[in-house]
Amino acid sequence: MNRIRVIAWNTFRETVRDKILYNLVFFALLMIGSAVLLRNLSMGEQGKIIKDIGLAGINLFGVLIAIFVGISLVSKEIETRTIYSVIAKPIHRCEFILGRYSGLVLTLFMNAAIMASGFFLTLFFCGVEIDPALLEAVGLIVVELLVITSAAVMFSTFTTPILSATFSVALYVIGHLTDDLRVLGGKLQNGLTKEILDGLYYALPNLEYFNVKGQAVYGAAIEPFYLVSAVAYGVTYCAVVLILACVIFQRREFR
Amino acid sequence: MTPLRLVGLTKEFRLGWGRRRVRVVDRLDLEVNRGEIFGFLGHNGAGKTTTIKLLLGLLTPTAGTAWILDRPITDVAVKQAVGFLPESPYFYEYLTAEEFLAFYGQLFGLSGQHLARKVDELLEMVGMTDARRLPLRKFSKGMLQRVGLAQALINDPQLVILDEPMSGLDPIGRREVRDIILHLKDQGKTIFFSTHILPDVEMICDRVGILVRGRLRSVGAIQELVGAAAVTSIEVIVEGLSDIGAREAERLGGTVVRRGPQVMITIQDETTVAALLDVVRRHAGRLVSLVPHKRSLEDLFLREVEAGRT
Repeated sequence: MNRIRVIAWNTFRETVRDKILYNLVFFALLMIGSAVLLRNLSMGEQGKIIKDIGLAGINLFGVLIAIFVGISLVSKEIETRTIYSVIAKPIHRCEFILGRYSGLVLTLFMNAAIMASGFFLTLFFCGVEIDPALLEAVGLIVVELLVITSAAVMFSTFTTPILSATFSVALYVIGHLTDDLRVLGGKLQNGLTKEILDGLYYALPNLEYFNVKGQAVYGAAIEPFYLVSAVAYGVTYCAVVLILACVIFQRREFR
Repeated sequence: MTPLRLVGLTKEFRLGWGRRRVRVVDRLDLEVNRGEIFGFLGHNGAGKTTTIKLLLGLLTPTAGTAWILDRPITDVAVKQAVGFLPESPYFYEYLTAEEFLAFYGQLFGLSGQHLARKVDELLEMVGMTDARRLPLRKFSKGMLQRVGLAQALINDPQLVILDEPMSGLDPIGRREVRDIILHLKDQGKTIFFSTHILPDVEMICDRVGILVRGRLRSVGAIQELVGAAAVTSIEVIVEGLSDIGAREAERLGGTVVRRGPQVMITIQDETTVAALLDVVRRHAGRLVSLVPHKRSLEDLFLREVEAGRT
């Protein structure tokens, strides 16, 4: 446990010293702030524009950070060979993966907190009511980021940074379309294709589960049971993906 | 307790589209004794780094096994007593020297005052105290090598494994690394290091192993391997030797080369030295130098490499 903590802290330190992270956070805040200007272009529902753009900004830049920092954490270590001196220490490979993941989760929490603060401050200064549902929506965005990060880390245990990024982006896109996979499967006559689509539906993360932005923007209350089950689903999915990442990484050879 | 024991250690890689098997390390049997400096010699691509990676769990053996301090290398806990410096130091460049050492110390469970003291001690030992707050990205290769050596010692290891610790260093850097290795031996540690820089090996190693194409060709003390008294030739330089004297020297089996006033005579047979000196004296020559040439580690190394390739 101590070694996971040491690696997590070092990962967090690595990411906060990375200029790319600051650029992404800066642009996220810029996007959220720019909503103030855009609201003047709309007739009525000015608060909705700020909420829409704010939540979309947190989501988009959160995903970019999760994917591009996430994939670099393991594959960059292998490419730059810094991993040699770490694996040569009394550390299990799984501890390394969990440490790297935990460090990135810390970074994601910090970034989400910064971006959410920027968002809520913007709402406050524009005199828009801050609904608790908005906080819940941000919370579920963070859970979505945890899922994407776990997948990005898993991909980076066996492939190159570019392929890891490609797979992660693809997963993010398909993850928002899994319901369509099921609908499509239901319309097909071919048994095998239907089974494959059903299999993909269950294997791929259902990221739409974490998307309550629409409700939050209109101030509709989100069911507590829905919130709890979405968080439970996200955490379970992360756990399964990380176990898979550990199994793959355990077999990885460092030539 | 044997610091390091390899039994039939083998590693094969699958290469190319045909997944052709290539044996990089071939049935290595080796024992490194406690408290010795063991030089693991080999040409580029001989399998030195692969062997070290197998020992440290970066690669999995295809066959055979190894023990560190009498425990199998698959036991992660055994690394608690091992220090390792990788070939070409690749480290976290965003860390300062002291953060870097503290990070590795924490992986070994060190903390608080004990860790701080250890970091200070090692930075001083490798002469990096003044650079302790500089990020590693600003370090030269020599500085990285030194701080890398410090991280290999943060856990006060019983066995220190160094992969090409002198490569890329200038003569001063090499001497400093040599001194540190000798200092570690004085502390009772066992050092296993790979290299292809032979003068360093001759200076500090108790024993060596020569690896050629993944196979261990020779193992033993340098003196044993090259032969303590094996004189291969004797080079005699004289001044003022007449042509008649030079011809007589040739008749004794010597190779004669005249360089201005000096004549260099090389003989292969030690027993003819007395007769040669008699010729020099009789023909009014003046002895300038007499140097017996012994077989060197380099000769042995080149011979083993050549034999291993054929």
